Amino acid sequence: MAWVNAVIQGILTGGLYALFACGLSLMFGVMKVVNLAHGDLATVAGYVGVGVIAATHMPFLWSVPVVVLIMAALGYVLQRSMIQAAITRGELITLIVTFGLSIVIENGLLQFFTANTRGIGGGSSLISASFSIGSQIQIAWLDVVIFGLAVVVLLGLQVFLSSSKYGRLIRAVADDREAAQLSGADYRHVFGIAAAVAFATVGLAGISYGMTTVIDPTTGTDTILLFAFAAVVIGGLGSLWGTLIGGIVLGVAQQIGAQINISYELLAGYIVFLAVLVVRPQGLTVRRSES
Amino acid sequence: MSVLTDATARSGENLRVTRSRRNVAWTGIGAIIVIVVLAAFPYYIASGTLGIMVQGLIVLTLASMWNLLAGYAGLVSVGQQAFFGLGAYFVLIPAMHGLSPFLALPIAAIAAGVAAFPLWWLISRLRTGYFAIATWVMASAIALLIEQIQSIGGGTGMPLPGLTGWDPAVLTAYTYWAGLAVAVLAMAAMYFLLRSRVGLVLTAIRDDERAARSSGVKVGLARLLVFVVAAAGCGAAGGVLAIDLLQVVPTTSGGVFSVQWTAIMAFAAIIGGLGTIEGPIVGTAVYMVLQQTLQSHNAWYLIILGLVAIGVALFARRGLWGLLDEKFNIRLFPVGYYLWAPGETRRWRWIGSWRAGDRAEADTSS
Repeated sequence: MAWVNAVIQGILTGGLYALFACGLSLMFGVMKVVNLAHGDLATVAGYVGVGVIAATHMPFLWSVPVVVLIMAALGYVLQRSMIQAAITRGELITLIVTFGLSIVIENGLLQFFTANTRGIGGGSSLISASFSIGSQIQIAWLDVVIFGLAVVVLLGLQVFLSSSKYGRLIRAVADDREAAQLSGADYRHVFGIAAAVAFATVGLAGISYGMTTVIDPTTGTDTILLFAFAAVVIGGLGSLWGTLIGGIVLGVAQQIGAQINISYELLAGYIVFLAVLVVRPQGLTVRRSES
Repeated sequence: MSVLTDATARSGENLRVTRSRRNVAWTGIGAIIVIVVLAAFPYYIASGTLGIMVQGLIVLTLASMWNLLAGYAGLVSVGQQAFFGLGAYFVLIPAMHGLSPFLALPIAAIAAGVAAFPLWWLISRLRTGYFAIATWVMASAIALLIEQIQSIGGGTGMPLPGLTGWDPAVLTAYTYWAGLAVAVLAMAAMYFLLRSRVGLVLTAIRDDERAARSSGVKVGLARLLVFVVAAAGCGAAGGVLAIDLLQVVPTTSGGVFSVQWTAIMAFAAIIGGLGTIEGPIVGTAVYMVLQQTLQSHNAWYLIILGLVAIGVALFARRGLWGLLDEKFNIRLFPVGYYLWAPGETRRWRWIGSWRAGDRAEADTSS
């Protein structure tokens, strides 16, 4: 029964990991940018949530759309300025700039908010509510809600990319930037929109993580970036629904590892990640011919 | 290549190709003098200053190795702390069995280099950004594994045995010499590697990987070699840190597996100038000045260092040394070739140098 519990908890955690991963995947798919500051930006979103709630005393759930909008705006601005400047200077510079940003954000948070952990909505009955199946399996409503949120976000992204005006522009620019530009699309603006969408999901990821557990300045790299990346690789590079599969596989592996020995939780996830890298480098959901 | 053939066609056979415009022997003699002066420091300088210089030498070694990876082989690794940490542990483990930590330094370098082979096999199939994060995951996984082993300190780390009873001043001097030896050897290894055939291969890959591959250049092998050399260098530097601190701490607060080590080496290399051997020396100097001035302000030096690195990467991609080089055309360690056109004494051109690659890349990417 304990093992069934581990698998169920793992699947639910997978939803959170998919939230971590879809922004990373989207930015790579459209701009070919691997954003090494991805995790730290999610942590920033968490801190923005904490700050917004503390400043306005609004109910913590209301802070979610506020944070998402702030992050989307930040995404657009950051893309149009620093990231765009880096992209025009090549892949190496893009990596250096986003890595620099990651370290600056992490140490900035450490400097201004100390290493203390913070949570969002702590003590609220919405956060701690749960239900039981049988006597041994207890499921937190929050985990179910976040899993549902991840599915909704992925569905929303799919619909957005396939049928909205900006979605079509984004796909056009991702496919062939020059051709899209010749047809009158300003690729810089389209990149900005894509970054805004990606950062909105990053905002959701950060605030969800802050609700399920606590955040501190190192959460971004130690947890969010690496888990997001592992989920992307396991699921398959460039596949949106693959991030959900990858997240679930990673979550289940971690929970089973923790079931064996609590200190194996993270290690089990990385072992599965490395195994996928060796056996199926194209990921679980992508066929070889497509990769 | 076209530069050479055009020039040959125009001017017949009066072309001369040398490593440098100036005589390299002078730099060689200069380097030896600098090393001798540096080696004599413990006889003149206070122990405290020497301790700071040890940190500088560690950062210099790390920055040079990161420069070799990113500046010459285009491999952006943000997981070099894996090898740095392994180096520290491969000094600790022999020391626990009675070997002098100083004698364990070569073991640390070799062990870190050997560890690079299987890790390369795992991550080499990924490119650029994904390669970068994969190295990070690899470093995290190695740190987690090491933390599981209770006999070498588990998650808390342990003090380095074998050096108790040494006079602190003598110990600092020996640590300094070890750090100097590691830095000099790492830089010499890098210099001769880049002057060898591998250097040419790396230039070819950097200018056009596909063309290099189709001309039979063993792209993977050259990168593997660079990855292994960089791992060994970082490992030796980690060993020096273990001796310097007299303890090995895995991840908590500035531990050997902390990503801050990669941040420091990358920022120092970028600020000084990627793709030049001199760059990391300048970058290390900048790092040490910032770190010493701001050390009482906690994390501020890393924030400022990061911002400076971003600024340099965006607005002066060849770094501070690149700015100097553009103005005065100085190459202390020439690894490219210099083409003497007939009759030309002032106008000149680099071929097969990193500068040519930079230009080509900058032109096509915009």
